[in-house]
Amino acid sequence: MLSFLEVFRFRRRDSPIHRMDPRVKALYVFVASIISIIYYSLTAMITIFISTIPLIAIAKVHREWIRSLRGALFLTSMIVVVNMFAGYLSGGLTLTVETVSYAFSMGLRFLTFTSIFSIFFLTTTPEDLSLALEKLKVPYDYCFAFTSAIRFVPDLALEIQTVIDAQRSRGLELEKGNIVRRIRNYIPILIPVFIRSFTRSIELAEAMEARGYGASEKRTSIYELNMKHSDYAIASFLLCILAISILLRVYANWY
Amino acid sequence: MIEVRRVYFTYPGGVEALRNINLAIGKGELVAIMGENGAGKTTLIKMFNGLLKPTKGCVVVDGVDTKETSVAELSRKVGIVFQNPEHQLFAETIEDEIAFALRNFGLPEGEIARRIDSILKFTGLEKYRGLSPFTLSGGEKKRLALASILVFDPDYLVLDEPTIGQDPEQKDRLLDFLLEVNRRGKTIVMVTHDVEFVAECKPRVILMRRGEIIADGPAEKILIDEELMRSTSLLPPQISLFASKLNLHRSGYALLNVDDAFKILLNFLRDECLC
Ligand SMILES: Nc1ncnc2c1ncn2[C@@H]1O[C@H](COP(=O)(O)OP(=O)(O)OP(=O)(O)O)[C@@H](O)[C@H]1O
Ligand SMILES: [Mg+2]
Repeated sequence: MLSFLEVFRFRRRDSPIHRMDPRVKALYVFVASIISIIYYSLTAMITIFISTIPLIAIAKVHREWIRSLRGALFLTSMIVVVNMFAGYLSGGLTLTVETVSYAFSMGLRFLTFTSIFSIFFLTTTPEDLSLALEKLKVPYDYCFAFTSAIRFVPDLALEIQTVIDAQRSRGLELEKGNIVRRIRNYIPILIPVFIRSFTRSIELAEAMEARGYGASEKRTSIYELNMKHSDYAIASFLLCILAISILLRVYANWY
Repeated sequence: MIEVRRVYFTYPGGVEALRNINLAIGKGELVAIMGENGAGKTTLIKMFNGLLKPTKGCVVVDGVDTKETSVAELSRKVGIVFQNPEHQLFAETIEDEIAFALRNFGLPEGEIARRIDSILKFTGLEKYRGLSPFTLSGGEKKRLALASILVFDPDYLVLDEPTIGQDPEQKDRLLDFLLEVNRRGKTIVMVTHDVEFVAECKPRVILMRRGEIIADGPAEKILIDEELMRSTSLLPPQISLFASKLNLHRSGYALLNVDDAFKILLNFLRDECLC
């Protein structure tokens, strides 16, 4: 279950995608998401999903990508089942081909989103992300809060696992009992995790202040983001794709 | 008996944490697992109660393969106290914290109360019994975590870094306590970097490096081997280093702690004076 959070773990690597300007990658996420929202047929979803695969291959993050897809599989199957069930009920207790294909395309849409966001988060350093947000005129405090939150997700996942291990060693059985009991079983997990998160954020704040965070009004960065020619080219290409997709959707009624 | 047979373990991220581990820990043994950071010590002890299952090979506890039973079942036999108590303290009072495992194992309330009383006395936490665990100091939290495992009286007691954050007096008490529990027939396995502590209790020492066991033998043999110890980022106790300089080890003596040194040097001095 926790392996889904692997999406947020960044590993320093080098590839054309890693070197791409984070703003262009953000644009990719934006364009690909819009297209996956306005289209909904199974064919369209399969196409978009397949289109993410070459990018994963170029960035050489297929291992992590497979792991996050596997993590998303449970929610995906839930989406498929719920959609199918709803279609079954509203369709007068019959299951049509359309219902089934719609349910599967909704499931695939979730996987596609996972894939799109994986490309972004697996190939963008937290520092790049923060710089990109700053360039978009987000105040630095918010950028920092956002990027440090993302950076802590994998640590948090590890920490939750450690707490689960410790409590299971004291005889806690998470899967035991009726639904109320099962929810209560999580209390011994949640309390240490919350308390540790609080302590951790206080410690982080103290460590940052000790190193002069907020001492000067105007911050400068060691690294600056620079859009290369290739970045401009890719951005234009993405915008074209977006425009074409919208036109096809609206005027040619493709879906 | 805990048997580890040809065990390999790889974390989902692809880190190979254990490689071909073979090990048998008998009832009533006192064992220290030592080795550099990241050697795989914590990973290994998580195998003992089935929290982690081997990728290859098997772990058998008292004749039962850990793959064929539940963690809850195994935990009653193999009590593991983890390194950081903050990962497990959650209850409103210290009493509840200690009772947690007992309630999970379904002991009757009367028995629970009796056990809490005796363990609180034993660990010196009696005066805090109604307080919140979070008001305790770091060292006291550590003792509470130990108490919360000890209270269900597991046959095998496994401790990850028990001496960290304890003042010398508490360390001494922990030492006496572990030796006493061991004398009563319980198996004790501790993971530690604290050579001076190990030198006092003289257990069987298992050295690990990069997921493998590189040495396994009595403390008297392993702790004084400087080359071996250094190969996994450890150092012999200071007394042993001193004795090595005097070439005492080569003459067949194994000096690990002050008491050893005292006895041997006293003999030398006596001989010296008599001649
Ligand atoms: N949950 C995990 N996921 C992935 N890798 C892990 C995980 N836990 C540990 N590892 C890796 O497995 C290896 C062994 O770790 P382990 O915690 O067993 O070492 P250790 O001997 O207990 O070290 P220390 O002395 O620092 O406590 C390390 O390389 C570590 O990075
Ligand atoms: Mg460890």
